Amino acid sequence: MAADALLAVKDLRVEFATRQGTLVAVDGVSLTIAPGEVLGVVGESGAGKSLTGAAVIGLIDPPGRIGAGEVWLGGRRIDNLPPEGLRRVRGREIGAVFQDPLTSLNPLYTIGRQLTETMMTHLKLSSSATRKRALDLLAEVGIPAPKRRFDHYPHQFSGGMRQRVVIALALAANPKLIIADEPTTALDVSIQAQIIALLKRLCREHGTAVMLITHDMGVIAETADRVAVMYAGRIAEVGPVADVIHRPQHPYTQGLMGSIPSIIAEREELAQIEGSMPRLTAIPAGCAFHPRCPHAFDRCRRERPELMAAGRTRAACWLVA
Amino acid sequence: MIKSALNVVTVEPRDEMAGETAAPLVELVDVARHFDVSPPWLNRVLEGKGRAVLKAVDGVSLAIASGETLGLVGESGCGKSTVARLIVGLYRPTRGEIRYAGRRIDVDGARHAARREMQMIFQDPYASLNPRWRVADIVAEPLRAAPADGRPARAAIGERVGSLLEQVGLVAADGAKFPHQFSGGQRQRISIARALAGSPRFLVCDEPTSALDVSVQAQVLNLMRRLQRELGLTLLFISHNLAVVHHIANRVGVMYLGRMVETAPTKALFAEPQHPYTRMLLEAVPDLALTGKPRTAVAGEVPNPLDPPAGCAFHPRCPYANERCRREVPVLKPVRRAAGILGEAACHAVQEKRLGSTVVTQMTMRDPG
Amino acid sequence: MATLAAPSRLARWWRGDIAWSFRHSPVAVASAIVLAICLAAALFAPWVAPHNPFDLATLNLSDALTPPHGMAGAKPEYLLGTDDQGRDVLSAIMFGTRISLLVGALAVALSIAMGVSLGLASGYAGGRLDAFIMRAADVQLSFPAILIALLIDGVARAVLPRDAHADVALVVLVVAIGVSNWPQYARTVRGSTLVEKNKEYVQAARVIGVRPAAIVLRHLLPNVLSPVLVIATINIAIAIQVEATLSFLGVGVPPTRPSLGTLIRVGNDFLFSGEWWITIFPGAALVILVLAINLLGDWLRDALNPKLK
Repeated sequence: MAADALLAVKDLRVEFATRQGTLVAVDGVSLTIAPGEVLGVVGESGAGKSLTGAAVIGLIDPPGRIGAGEVWLGGRRIDNLPPEGLRRVRGREIGAVFQDPLTSLNPLYTIGRQLTETMMTHLKLSSSATRKRALDLLAEVGIPAPKRRFDHYPHQFSGGMRQRVVIALALAANPKLIIADEPTTALDVSIQAQIIALLKRLCREHGTAVMLITHDMGVIAETADRVAVMYAGRIAEVGPVADVIHRPQHPYTQGLMGSIPSIIAEREELAQIEGSMPRLTAIPAGCAFHPRCPHAFDRCRRERPELMAAGRTRAACWLVA
Repeated sequence: MIKSALNVVTVEPRDEMAGETAAPLVELVDVARHFDVSPPWLNRVLEGKGRAVLKAVDGVSLAIASGETLGLVGESGCGKSTVARLIVGLYRPTRGEIRYAGRRIDVDGARHAARREMQMIFQDPYASLNPRWRVADIVAEPLRAAPADGRPARAAIGERVGSLLEQVGLVAADGAKFPHQFSGGQRQRISIARALAGSPRFLVCDEPTSALDVSVQAQVLNLMRRLQRELGLTLLFISHNLAVVHHIANRVGVMYLGRMVETAPTKALFAEPQHPYTRMLLEAVPDLALTGKPRTAVAGEVPNPLDPPAGCAFHPRCPYANERCRREVPVLKPVRRAAGILGEAACHAVQEKRLGSTVVTQMTMRDPG
Repeated sequence: MATLAAPSRLARWWRGDIAWSFRHSPVAVASAIVLAICLAAALFAPWVAPHNPFDLATLNLSDALTPPHGMAGAKPEYLLGTDDQGRDVLSAIMFGTRISLLVGALAVALSIAMGVSLGLASGYAGGRLDAFIMRAADVQLSFPAILIALLIDGVARAVLPRDAHADVALVVLVVAIGVSNWPQYARTVRGSTLVEKNKEYVQAARVIGVRPAAIVLRHLLPNVLSPVLVIATINIAIAIQVEATLSFLGVGVPPTRPSLGTLIRVGNDFLFSGEWWITIFPGAALVILVLAINLLGDWLRDALNPKLK
């Protein structure tokens, strides 16, 4: 792990206290993001990727809690900050873009006010300076006629426009890291392409790192530099995007890539992974994927594998040991 | 090829699937569906607003041959879900005709025989099963809703439900459980079992895998293809996911703002898209294979369906729009592709041959080593 | 996943979420116990009550105005004292609770029957029927429930022959309270119906060809009932209070079969002459009953709310 990583997550564990006992939703996840890098965190529903993002930004609600592990941002530990300290980190150093632009914006305030409010809280500029900065940001994210739209309410924008506003909000206080949780899932395909391009360009220009959480491998292929594949709360494989997609080492990643239909290749049948992701109450011992793995052997059932070097990626699989 | 008085061309699929040039199983002729979304009378008077009509479907004609899978793609607001609901009778068309096996089914009283033969699978696996019913009752519902003479005996129903559940990859004992005990993919299988219970010939699938994870989607798509082969079903498969449609459909129709803008056999459509919107859609699909092919800029957003542009609905976003496009609504006309006349497109630029050919043959998987 | 031998339905329910929530809520358990005592007392009153306060033959005028246990002059067989006619207050409370609960439960049952069916019809059919029913509900909601109950009661009194009135008084009361409360159920059920109607399982049923009546009864009804249950629990308490108010005002149950409200009214006259127990004990009984039902209803509402889980 690079010593100058912007974000370092070490052995993160997120658990939920329920009446059936403690359920572990994120189990020993470690990852790093370098400054300006885009890390994709991909996985299916229930894999724990959204919770990992929420844990980094400190938004885990009871009955969930961070059971173990550390989160370091820019050389400072942030997971054990008091609520006030965490609030200052949020917005100023970490920005967030969530899936549903409708609920990310307060419907009762104009977007201009929401933008300036964020900036004044974190940047301590005068109100005319923040207004100018807000207008510049709106233009940067591609909102036409920003002066007029400054005083519009969220419901007066279309879905794609709203998501641009949310991105502007996330960038408002010039954070070093943005957590984007399914930012394009609720949008049409053509709008998705626009938003992805926008996010890429802005983050390159501002030097912002991005943790891009999604289930859509295509978005990752377009946007990310590195990608971590999560399964049942653990990281199955992590590495540069091209290597993970074209030369996956972990059987789960292989199955995942094979099951994605393509607009180019002709396939009679899509590769199919039998069964489904285990529920939190019934995570198998050893390697969490072994019941569904065509290559499982005895060690997989007993011992849980850690991430090991495998070609140019790292995979948590005894096959590559 | 048959030209009807409404200038609609019914093209029999000539690609790998059909050998027969029989009459289509399902036919839509200039079908439209308008919704009156006017504000209440009081608001109209006080605020001076006019009536507002949403033309969800605005003159769509299509034909589906027996045994084929027609994919219908488009973005939100294009009307593809409305077309699905028009075909199965959840909506009545505002104008136009819907025919099944040659007979009209959009008029009152004409639907019953056809109803037995067509079923629908919905998008949301969590809302498409009644949470208070047991799975066995859910799957048996089409059998129990049949008219008294066609209804099988109770014991026979139980057996049929069991075998249906096995056919979709579950076990007969699952019939005693409730929907919430199953995952999303398993619920979609239950929906499929329910749709097959009445032995239909024609299935309308409205985004059946859009709410599912990728690996589960693969399972369900494989299952659907297998069932279609085994049971000889005809499918109308609606999706916004072009890759899924590419995988499962023989022919594809592309819709935009309530109109059909292009239809073609699958391979032809993806290799040589004609309509500028189709081209734009294909460009916009995120590039998993990292081919690095040059991408044209994707511009604008889908306009407000309550206030569609005049003439061709796509002209504000189209790089090839001219004066005629702004005035005249284009009509589906046959298109000449490299492999012959395959498919149709509703575009003045295509018909005037103003567009360069886009034979995309260099679609190879290239990864930056 | 192999299915174990399915446990009995009762066992499954006991291990379920709602029963667990109940066992872990001391307020719910306490309220349930209190309510169970009240119900048992009311149900078995004819056999359990120490005296029968309405059998004139057993009354002893010399026992009139006996103070309750613990005060000077108390008699052991009259635990809570007697009223001016020698009727045992405790027994009167037990029989009175019986009437109160009966009227309350029947009135709520009537409200549910009316409200749920009108709400379902309104939500599913839409259009003019919906508008008509909702306007009727709006109009009725602008009158206080007690006023409506008084109205119906007054009309009944005027219309029915005098001696018939005593017999049908209970029925009139149930109808009055029941009819005054249906809009609440209708509105809630209509809202739920509008939501459920657009869900895909209803559309699937329509595609299959199920008739509208069957869709409403077999698909929609089971799914719109949870909020009704919660409202009903709280409304039983309100119905009992309304009945008590009406009886207090003298237009409720006939004096020959007094409810808690009647007892309170009758006892009111003696409050300032020192015989406080004749009104206070029935009053306390009413408060305890209503409180237990309300607390139980509160717990039920939280337990059934999926968002709070």
